[in-house]
Amino acid sequence: MSKPLTIHHQDTLEAHADTRLPDPHQDVFSKTTLGFWIYLMTDCLLFATLFCTYAVLHNNTFGGPSSRQLFDLPTAFAETMILLVSSVTCGFGMLSALKNEKNKIIAWLAASFLLGAAFVAIELTEFTHLVQEGHSWSVSAFLSSFFTLVGTHGLHVSVGLLWMAVLMAQIFWFGVTVFTFRRLIVFSMFWHFLDLVWIFIFTFVYLMGVI
Amino acid sequence: MFGKLILDSFKHEESQNFAVLMMLLTGVGIIALISYLKLWKWLWREWLTTVDHKKIGVMYIVVVLLMFFKGFGDALMMRLQQALSVGDSHGFISSSHFQEVFSAHGTTMIFFVGMGVVFGLINLIVPLQIGARDVAFPFLNAVGFWLFAAAASLTMVSLAIGKFSTAGWLAYPPLSELEYSPNEGVDYWIWMVQIAGIGSTLAGVNFLVTILKMRCPGMTLMKMPIFVWSSLCTMALVVLAFPILTATLYMLTLDRYLGMHFFTAGGGGNPMMYVNLIWAWGHPEVYILILPIFGVFSEIVPTFSEKRLFGYVSMVWALIMITVFSFIVWLHHFFTMGASPDVNAFFGIMTMVIAIPTGVKIFNWLFTKFRGRVHFTSPMLWFFAFLLNFTVAGMTGILLSSPPVDFQAHNSLFLIAHFHGMVIGGVLFGLFAAFTYWFPKFTGFFLDEKLNRYAFWCWLGGFLLAFMPLYMLGFMGATRRLDHYDASTGWHPLFIIVGIGAAVLLCGASIQFLGLFWSIKNRKKNWDHTGGDPWNGRTLEWSIPSPPPVYNFAIIPTVDQIDPLWAVKRGQAPEPQQRHEDIHMPINTSMGLYIGILSLVFGFAMTWHIFWLAIVGFIAIVACMIIRLSGKDEHEIITIAQVKETEMAHLRSMKAHE
Amino acid sequence: MKIAKKPVLFMLVSTGIILFLMLIMQPLQVLHFRDEISVLFPKGIIALEERNLLLIIQALMLLIIIPVYILTFVFSWKYRADNPKGKYDPDLVDNRIAEYIWWGVPLVMTVIVAVLTWVKTHQLDPYKSIQSNNKEMKIQVVALQWKWLFIYPEEKIASMNFVQFPKDTPIHFEITADAPWNSFWIPHLGGQIYAMPKMKTELHLIANETGDFRGSSANLSGEGFAGMTFVTRASLEEDYRQWIESAKQSSNVLTLEEYDKLVAPSKNNPVEIYQLKDDTLFDQIINKYMHPKKNE
Repeated sequence: MSKPLTIHHQDTLEAHADTRLPDPHQDVFSKTTLGFWIYLMTDCLLFATLFCTYAVLHNNTFGGPSSRQLFDLPTAFAETMILLVSSVTCGFGMLSALKNEKNKIIAWLAASFLLGAAFVAIELTEFTHLVQEGHSWSVSAFLSSFFTLVGTHGLHVSVGLLWMAVLMAQIFWFGVTVFTFRRLIVFSMFWHFLDLVWIFIFTFVYLMGVI
Repeated sequence: MFGKLILDSFKHEESQNFAVLMMLLTGVGIIALISYLKLWKWLWREWLTTVDHKKIGVMYIVVVLLMFFKGFGDALMMRLQQALSVGDSHGFISSSHFQEVFSAHGTTMIFFVGMGVVFGLINLIVPLQIGARDVAFPFLNAVGFWLFAAAASLTMVSLAIGKFSTAGWLAYPPLSELEYSPNEGVDYWIWMVQIAGIGSTLAGVNFLVTILKMRCPGMTLMKMPIFVWSSLCTMALVVLAFPILTATLYMLTLDRYLGMHFFTAGGGGNPMMYVNLIWAWGHPEVYILILPIFGVFSEIVPTFSEKRLFGYVSMVWALIMITVFSFIVWLHHFFTMGASPDVNAFFGIMTMVIAIPTGVKIFNWLFTKFRGRVHFTSPMLWFFAFLLNFTVAGMTGILLSSPPVDFQAHNSLFLIAHFHGMVIGGVLFGLFAAFTYWFPKFTGFFLDEKLNRYAFWCWLGGFLLAFMPLYMLGFMGATRRLDHYDASTGWHPLFIIVGIGAAVLLCGASIQFLGLFWSIKNRKKNWDHTGGDPWNGRTLEWSIPSPPPVYNFAIIPTVDQIDPLWAVKRGQAPEPQQRHEDIHMPINTSMGLYIGILSLVFGFAMTWHIFWLAIVGFIAIVACMIIRLSGKDEHEIITIAQVKETEMAHLRSMKAHE
Repeated sequence: MKIAKKPVLFMLVSTGIILFLMLIMQPLQVLHFRDEISVLFPKGIIALEERNLLLIIQALMLLIIIPVYILTFVFSWKYRADNPKGKYDPDLVDNRIAEYIWWGVPLVMTVIVAVLTWVKTHQLDPYKSIQSNNKEMKIQVVALQWKWLFIYPEEKIASMNFVQFPKDTPIHFEITADAPWNSFWIPHLGGQIYAMPKMKTELHLIANETGDFRGSSANLSGEGFAGMTFVTRASLEEDYRQWIESAKQSSNVLTLEEYDKLVAPSKNNPVEIYQLKDDTLFDQIINKYMHPKKNE
């Protein structure tokens, strides 16, 4: 096997002028997005498993208080709105990316970031409050499954925040390139997915737990 | 500072000390050999940092062979103990050690041999059969492998440091919860399975996209080789089932580390939930293990019958049916948990239904041989052994699928005989067939045919001797996982017979192991002079040199029917639409290896509650990911001139060997 | 040697011999071990029904397996590459009738076995009482680490690793565990069912012959699991009555404190007979898992 002659970087979105060289990135978006969709499906199944477990265990309060007594619907509703708006700002960020407007992208992402961070902060406050009142995850199966389902979603949001921060830095330094654009698409898929999972959590855990 | 790790963790019973010593000596020996031959740079450049699917496939198979060695050793220990431990004698290992051994045996064989075979074969063969130069996500593929290797390494570490789980290969609660298994054993098990599982999921995503998006021009789905179809179905199963395993192990981890009550006996926990979830993964898992093997035989039988596969469309639909149905049979693993007869009977009937497409496949293979010209090469010998053993094991599966029968056979040695018939008669014989079939493709020379035949006889006879008596033992009330029994049970003579059978299997495995080195030594004598097509093959992998160049195909082929190489040989192939072009191949990276090593550190640290180290390891993994995902996709270009030179060099070496 | 020159013949004949030896091993084993093969030679009608179902399904399966084996051997021989008499038809890749046969016949077979299974699963439901002229008897079973406790709530006695009842009497077992999962199995009398903490499973068995039958746990429950065997004695009515009487005089008394000592892990426990102080012991054991402990 002979050694490679050149290392090839493709930095820009423009189609390759030299038609002899096939654009190796032409198909990369469709492969990447399909691959990420499939990954999201696996994440969806992971949440489905946690949902199933919550469904089975949510009445096993082991003599303690139930969801009706513990959940605060207004807070959960506020979290829902925050996450929904952060999805909207993320969407606007994608539109700016299509127009190659570097600063606008960072601004919209920053808005999503702040909203996402607010979501995590509120959730952590809710959890801390519950634990301090003596309703920690080690008390009953109901609480274990609640903390795990909602907490795992919160962990995913936190990962999203880290991802967002890294992306904002990349856009700041490299601008919109083939790679950063691809990563923005993938990130926005992730962020909207988390919003969707939260809608299910709000409905099946909070709403149905209080009604 | 060291969590729960103490000096005592390094002390073991005598029999375990021996195994640890052997393992360390082997490791040191390998390191010494590599140093002596000055191969470190080569190892790093060609193997440890590669993203080439062919090399990754080879590495999977290497790990499989190492782990098979360990798992088989576990089995021999178990059989020896059961042949000795009767009445007043208590064998040569303690009860708790025996329980570690069978837990390790099952875990090793399923996760590190079985899954390794699946991903090893798919890595090696699928891109070649679809006429692709690479997989969809080469780096992800490498990461998947290194996570697998990290988990396998954690298994080896668990042998030397501390104790392994004594809760069986699936760690049912409440036994696997803190109350009844307080030591590090179950934690080791959790982390090795979890890490391996994540690796499998990533690899599954990769191959699903590869098969769907990277087939060569003209290869529609219904023109793919059946091995690719079976890989597609297997990857669908992986992607749908493994998240359930990840989530379930996650919940068991939370029970053990944060005192939660998902599956504990008290606190409102529900162990039955664990059993349902783990088998909702577990049943698709066994189909993940066997479907690629069905694909392997669908390649081997037509090639050695000089005839196209009978009933291609039927075979595809059978695969799809099996894939879909494998998700609605899981309860048959615990009919005895006390579900209502409606529920039990439903799942029993669904299990019977899934046997129909399996039977269809067997008939289609048989009728491929009908009016063909059958050559009994090694791969076909293994197919023959598979037919005889797998069908009988499948038949006992139908017996078990009827709940009232299962009530008398569940967790008895009857069950053990059934599933070993499936995994040895199916997966292992399939691996041997695939190994002897495709070995010349990736090395350029044959395995010694005579030694293959001796091994075949040892495995056929040894398997029957070691597992047929187990059916009768099950009927005599012998349950699985027993380290001792009374003489009055009458089981002893049968345990001696199965012990002898295990010894015969040891002969077979030894012949294969030594035979590998013998074949390498004699490779010049066994050289493949056909330039890449020793078996008169029908699919695209046989149209390129052996071993294949890094870019696989100099010119991407165009196909218009099933068995495209056969079409070429009959003068029916379409003109290739592609021409020679510069080829972009991804460059090597050490990130996959680093992520693997860090995962090993993380898994070990979590097992021993060395939380500062676990956090450091985790942050480092995240850092690696961020670094990798902030970089640019770097490729090397192989110019047209270089491609042509490689092709010429291959032709010259062929002439030299004549 | 002629056979050595014909490798395919050698392979087929040798394999045939190996398979034949395996086959005759079966009846030889059956004749040699007869009474110990509890599943095939049961002592109660539940186990008998389960065995008969097994044999019927086995027989139906052989209708498929035997042709597969025959085709395997015949095709291997007739179409071997060096056989000039074997017809070679490389384009024979499909046959609708053949497909109908091997999709259809197994489907019919499956329907038959499925109907049989549906009916028998309902008939042999472990929770279903056994029809009999004799009155049903209740025995409660608690799986402990690593022994079996049998509670007779009506007779107010208990026994360890030993259970006795009269023959031809339907027994209604109520089963739980104060330990990891076990599985309650007396193969001579019928199938098993899991013994799980906090849960109550039920099993209905009957012994139609007198004798001592081996019982064991069929689910891994920890280090001492292999020693979790118990004796099941089906006796005549008078012998059973005598045993109950002597048990009521036993010097061992199973109080709650005594029970708590039993919960501690121990292996290879000998048979013990107890007087039973509290006939709600079984329910109390299950209830232990329902609420937090008072001292926590």
